[in-house]
Amino acid sequence: MANQLSRRTVLGLAAGVPLSLALGSCGTSGPGASSGATYWFLNGQPQEGIRTGAVDRFNKADPSEKISPTTFQNDAYKTKIKTAIGAGQAPTIIWGWGGGTLRTYVKAGQVEDLTSWFDQNAKVKGRLFPTAFSAATVDGKIYALPCETVQPIIMYYNKRVFDSVGARPPQTWGEVMDLVPKLNAKGIAPFSLGGQSRWTNMMWLEFLFDRIGGPEVFQAVFDGQKDAWSNPAAIEALTKVQDLVRADGFIKGFSSITADSNADQALLYTGKAAMMLHGSWSYGIQQSQGGDFVSSGSLGFMNFPAVDGGKGDPSDTVGNPAQYLSISSKATDEQKKIAKDFFAKGVLDDEEIKQWIGTGGVPVVKGTQDLLAKDRNAEFLKFTYDIASNAKVFAQSWDQALSPTAAETLLDNISKLFQLSITPQQFATNLNAVIGQ
Amino acid sequence: MATTEPASDPAARGTRTRRDRGGVLPWLAAPALVFFVGFAVIPLVGVFALSFTTWDGIGAIVPSGLTSWQAVLTDPGLPHALWVTFLVMVASWAVQTPSSILLGTFLAGYQRHRAVLSVVYFVPLLLSSAAIAIAYKALLDPNFGLGAGLGIGLLSQDWLGRPALAFGLVVFVVSWQFIPFHALIYQGGVRQIPRSLYEAAQLDGAGRVRQFFTITLPQLRYTIITSSTLMVVGSLTFFDLIFVLTEGGPADATRVLALDMYKRGFQANLMGPASVIAVILVLVGLVLALLLRRLGGRDASQSQLEGV
Repeated sequence: MANQLSRRTVLGLAAGVPLSLALGSCGTSGPGASSGATYWFLNGQPQEGIRTGAVDRFNKADPSEKISPTTFQNDAYKTKIKTAIGAGQAPTIIWGWGGGTLRTYVKAGQVEDLTSWFDQNAKVKGRLFPTAFSAATVDGKIYALPCETVQPIIMYYNKRVFDSVGARPPQTWGEVMDLVPKLNAKGIAPFSLGGQSRWTNMMWLEFLFDRIGGPEVFQAVFDGQKDAWSNPAAIEALTKVQDLVRADGFIKGFSSITADSNADQALLYTGKAAMMLHGSWSYGIQQSQGGDFVSSGSLGFMNFPAVDGGKGDPSDTVGNPAQYLSISSKATDEQKKIAKDFFAKGVLDDEEIKQWIGTGGVPVVKGTQDLLAKDRNAEFLKFTYDIASNAKVFAQSWDQALSPTAAETLLDNISKLFQLSITPQQFATNLNAVIGQ
Repeated sequence: MATTEPASDPAARGTRTRRDRGGVLPWLAAPALVFFVGFAVIPLVGVFALSFTTWDGIGAIVPSGLTSWQAVLTDPGLPHALWVTFLVMVASWAVQTPSSILLGTFLAGYQRHRAVLSVVYFVPLLLSSAAIAIAYKALLDPNFGLGAGLGIGLLSQDWLGRPALAFGLVVFVVSWQFIPFHALIYQGGVRQIPRSLYEAAQLDGAGRVRQFFTITLPQLRYTIITSSTLMVVGSLTFFDLIFVLTEGGPADATRVLALDMYKRGFQANLMGPASVIAVILVLVGLVLALLLRRLGGRDASQSQLEGV
């Protein structure tokens, strides 16, 4: 989904954002400023329409409770919401990605503890994927409601390319490395990658860490264990990535390609690259921009291959388990009540579920198989649903799971690792230094 | 012409100016002063105060003494960012100054076609940095850009993916954007040079090149200092273009100080260390501006026509 991409989109305008937003927020939309709750989320169709629609239906159902939504451009939002919360001007309902950022809100006492509310409203909790709650939980308490769609990272491939080369998609890491010279010899890049965006490179590490050492390797980092990045499995995964870079596994010039321009997607559907590791939202982009690529059945998809001798379960996955809604602790009681009623009645109602499926997304709600099977994208939707519901471990993307401080160091070092300008050992040393920050 | 207008009587004008200086003039500066204090002085003090905290931008602001200063000053990333900033400054000055002087001198002629040309040359300055960066990025894309489209191998380099190329490209694009502005300054400077100097030189048999080096260039001395000050101090604020073009990459090759500040503050939530960088930026800019003023001598801001 384009929206997911554009949240990482980089706009030069961001330079002016902090000041103009800080000024713009003076005197407006403060807590208690007006009756009714406020709700900020991202713009961009079709997602914006679905979000607004849910609010409209909620407002219409009970005119005494009103939510006024405000939409923002992706990157602007990330800075704006942080600035607003820091200035005590947060909206009642805070839209976000959970994980490390949510943790910083919790540590600052800015978001409402929803644990007891979920206990009283077991039905709300029970209908959602249980795996989605880990990114909403801090120190055993739940601070956010998982919403919208589940977004695992998927290995996409171009069936036309594989047919023309006479090969089949790799099932193991060994087969990946065997395929690389074969594809390069034909003038086709094995993997497309928008390397300048950095989080795109990170997806490779997330999977290799899991497949080689199991989920415990990154969990140790997340738990703040000393020198967790120096785990032999971690070093092996980092080395494997550099081996793939050295073998020309990624498209020429990958470090100057950004994901937000969708150039990496284009490389796959134009057949310049054979495979691409990307989020489930990529499907919608391929469908809308790739001509008949998706409708002709040329887009293949599978889970990340197993690594020979690795400890991890090849059914594990990573990505965004959901999007998340929190309630500002600075909101008035009346606003909090409206927000909670919205969580119970408005979020992911039948209409919203239907609309998410229409965009090629799988809502985080259990038991939607029948609806998914009826859609024109049934095959892909079933695949995503199965991955999300069968994965023993659905790890959250590292940059979302970690605190913003640690995530920034991580992303910086990942880009250096892919540039081959640091060794796996240096990578581990640099990151060990920020563990627990 | 002037003598027919009573208002331009030298004596009357003189008295009014004296009165204005004593009474109304300072008040005319008040709005500017209010904005300067509100948008420059107060934030500056705020940033300085923040540099002694370890605020994450969200929670409470807790003073932490010199922790942030220590963190930044011992960070090996700081000398690197300073070095890159310095390199960008020097390289973009070295590229822009000669080109703008030549272009400005050329455009200072009064022939009609030059007016058209100077409008054309001016266009890059009208575009926003973000738009320029996005356009260059699209043109230079190794797989879908100009080089790949026209089948020119030389052009389809991994421009933004290799440290040296990316650095050169940043300097090139910055120069492309700002040469028009400095050419305009030089155009004005050249037009201020009295024609009599050239006429005298012509009588002495000096050719165009000789005229340029013995008259134009020395007469432009103060214009060069003005323009260089703008370039050098301005280069400290390069942010948007580099942010969109390379995001500081590949592997920190183009991570200038201003970008470093943004990344620490707004991406890594380290407002304290980011404020330290901001303070360092202010200091570096101040020192540079003062140095350049020294270089220009005390009379740099005086009219160039005096003493001719």
